[in-house]
Amino acid sequence: MKNRYYKYSIVIFLIFTFFIFYYGLKEKNFYTPEDISIKKFPNLILNDFYTNTKTSFDDILIGSNYYLVNIWASWCLPCREEHPYLVQLKKNLSIKIIGINYKDKRDNALKFLDEYDNPYSVILNDNNGTASIEIGAYGVPESFILNTEKKIIKKIIGPIDKKKFNEIKKLIKK
Amino acid sequence: MKTKIVIYIIFIFFAFSKYSFSNDLKLENKINKNLRCLICQGQSIYDSQSDFAESMKLVVKQKIESGMSEEEIYSFFKIQYGEWILYDPQFNTKNFALWLLPILLFLVGGIIILIKFGVLKKRL
Repeated sequence: MKNRYYKYSIVIFLIFTFFIFYYGLKEKNFYTPEDISIKKFPNLILNDFYTNTKTSFDDILIGSNYYLVNIWASWCLPCREEHPYLVQLKKNLSIKIIGINYKDKRDNALKFLDEYDNPYSVILNDNNGTASIEIGAYGVPESFILNTEKKIIKKIIGPIDKKKFNEIKKLIKK
Repeated sequence: MKTKIVIYIIFIFFAFSKYSFSNDLKLENKINKNLRCLICQGQSIYDSQSDFAESMKLVVKQKIESGMSEEEIYSFFKIQYGEWILYDPQFNTKNFALWLLPILLFLVGGIIILIKFGVLKKRL
């Protein structure tokens, strides 16, 4: 009798561990933060992409209800995928899109904008990548949606796809 | 004599500037080793050469040069990326079990061993 319980408990234990590992394998092993901490966007001073003059975010983040700060580079492939969505956002919604050109060559960036259209109201240079770290970015591309108070209300890590595009639409129409 | 004095002064100047430089570098490396790379998440930024790790190293260097302390730099990264960014997380309410469990298991294991060998019984 005792022996039987012993066997059962071993079988139950093995099934239990099997399911734990089975679901553990399904989990993403790349960490992305869940909480969109509502914090204020830092007021950085960067050089303008076209004029090369020093520009602060406080000067740019005016005149719209929502802002989208997008970190991009011409060498980044996912940026090419997300670019049409940015163009659509610009066309359809009242949102001011600000680009941060991350560690890019000027000529390549210009070519990229020529080829894929330019949805950005302002583009700023981040030649050494420090500004992106100060903002709290995880990689390229990455987008931050800010409200009028310059608070980050949504952070999109990775390219904007159809699903995320609809999420942004919903958020702004609210 | 004069040239000797000048040489000494130059020597001392260089010696001290070198000293302060290496101290900054040591701190920089220490901080870099304790920060997680954002792209290759099993590595510290000290080991990584990804674009974002290089940028993070630069930020650490700038912050040290601007006079921020080690703690201040950690708290800056913690605000931006969360506790996860540190390889040596601080003791808090969320992770106290992780810190205390090994000690607890060690004590319980020790007590079990002592009971098994009858050490405790004899004493009692």
